[in-house]
Amino acid sequence: MAFEPRIVGFLCNWCSYTGADLAGTSRVKYPFNVRIIRVMCSARIDPTFILKALSDGADGVLVCGCHPGDCHYVEGNYKAMRRYALLKKTLRSLGVEEDRVRLEWVSASEGVRFGEVIADMTEKIRKLGPNRIKAELILDKAER
Amino acid sequence: MEALRKKAHEIITGGQVKVIIGYGEGSPERARAIFAQTPAEVDQLIFDQRCLQNLAVYLMKPEVKALGKMAITASKNVLRSILQLASENQLTDADLVVIGITDDGGVIEFPNLQAVEEHIKAAGTPAKNEDRARIEEIDKKPLEERWQYWQEQLSACVKCYACRSACPMCYCTRCTVECNQPQWIPAPSHHLGNLEWHIMRAMHLTGRCIECGECGRACPLGLPINLLTQKLAAEIESQFDWQAGMSLKVENPLSTFKPDDKENFIK
Repeated sequence: MAFEPRIVGFLCNWCSYTGADLAGTSRVKYPFNVRIIRVMCSARIDPTFILKALSDGADGVLVCGCHPGDCHYVEGNYKAMRRYALLKKTLRSLGVEEDRVRLEWVSASEGVRFGEVIADMTEKIRKLGPNRIKAELILDKAER
Repeated sequence: MEALRKKAHEIITGGQVKVIIGYGEGSPERARAIFAQTPAEVDQLIFDQRCLQNLAVYLMKPEVKALGKMAITASKNVLRSILQLASENQLTDADLVVIGITDDGGVIEFPNLQAVEEHIKAAGTPAKNEDRARIEEIDKKPLEERWQYWQEQLSACVKCYACRSACPMCYCTRCTVECNQPQWIPAPSHHLGNLEWHIMRAMHLTGRCIECGECGRACPLGLPINLLTQKLAAEIESQFDWQAGMSLKVENPLSTFKPDDKENFIK
């Protein structure tokens, strides 16, 4: 069977989730590979969430928040950005492909762009292939 | 060493403190920590090249705190740890007396934590240790080799959490790794979840790690895990111009921001 990437999308309640909702109501077509989890703010996303998603079998993790300056909580997305930048550097130096984790700003009016982001990320991950952290995990379970 | 013991005698017999945390005779390779409570015990205090352990870790242990007011013999790494702990509201002047030690065993007296801050600031930017070069070397390898290298290293980890116990900054009474609802990180001493544990540990020490390398020294398997925390310390230094343990009042780089933070990593 051909490899279908599974992407976990953490979307902030105020902009990105509404943006994804707009993509739905305006019938934008995008790949079905993303599973969306709504959080109140992009700053709610602890790096541990991303790691858990990866080790539990996600091939990619997408973090979406409001554009800088638009955060409902004024500064949440700026903090998310710093955290995310450091997580990405760490994953990179440990040999995990950087493209598996992605941060995007999607506003409530960017339904079409949300579709484009998903399509682009799905293709990138399809090229990367299955997540290796997951592969190791399955091996472990067989071992036990 | 004589100056150190003299100073230690002075504060213990004067009743200023109840316990002095310092180094004592251990094995030929390593000195161990001792907790001197009587003048006889003070005479066991030593300081030489073997005294590498970051003693600041004991300032956070409830068993040591229970002994009463503490004094600590502090080399430069310990001084920076103390500053970082104080900036996180974990230590005040009422808790401890700091006895600074220079590399050759001389004593520096600090009337309060403010003086420690001035001393550290006057010494300027700390010199980079050789671990920074090792980090760069690993980062230059191709992705596949980096993955193999770290998998090889981290798969040996048995999650004994010696790294956590040895780190002055890991003082949470309940660690994320002990949460099981949800279970963020698998708990068995098995290489399942090792990658996640080490990334999480490093992330939690971001902007707080003073690069003493104690986690690496404490690891019974000799894994170079200090490189992970030091990698992040190097990152925040270059990206946010930020160094841990340099000041008494400072915000963590992850709980603050600048409107002009770089976004060039977003693709």
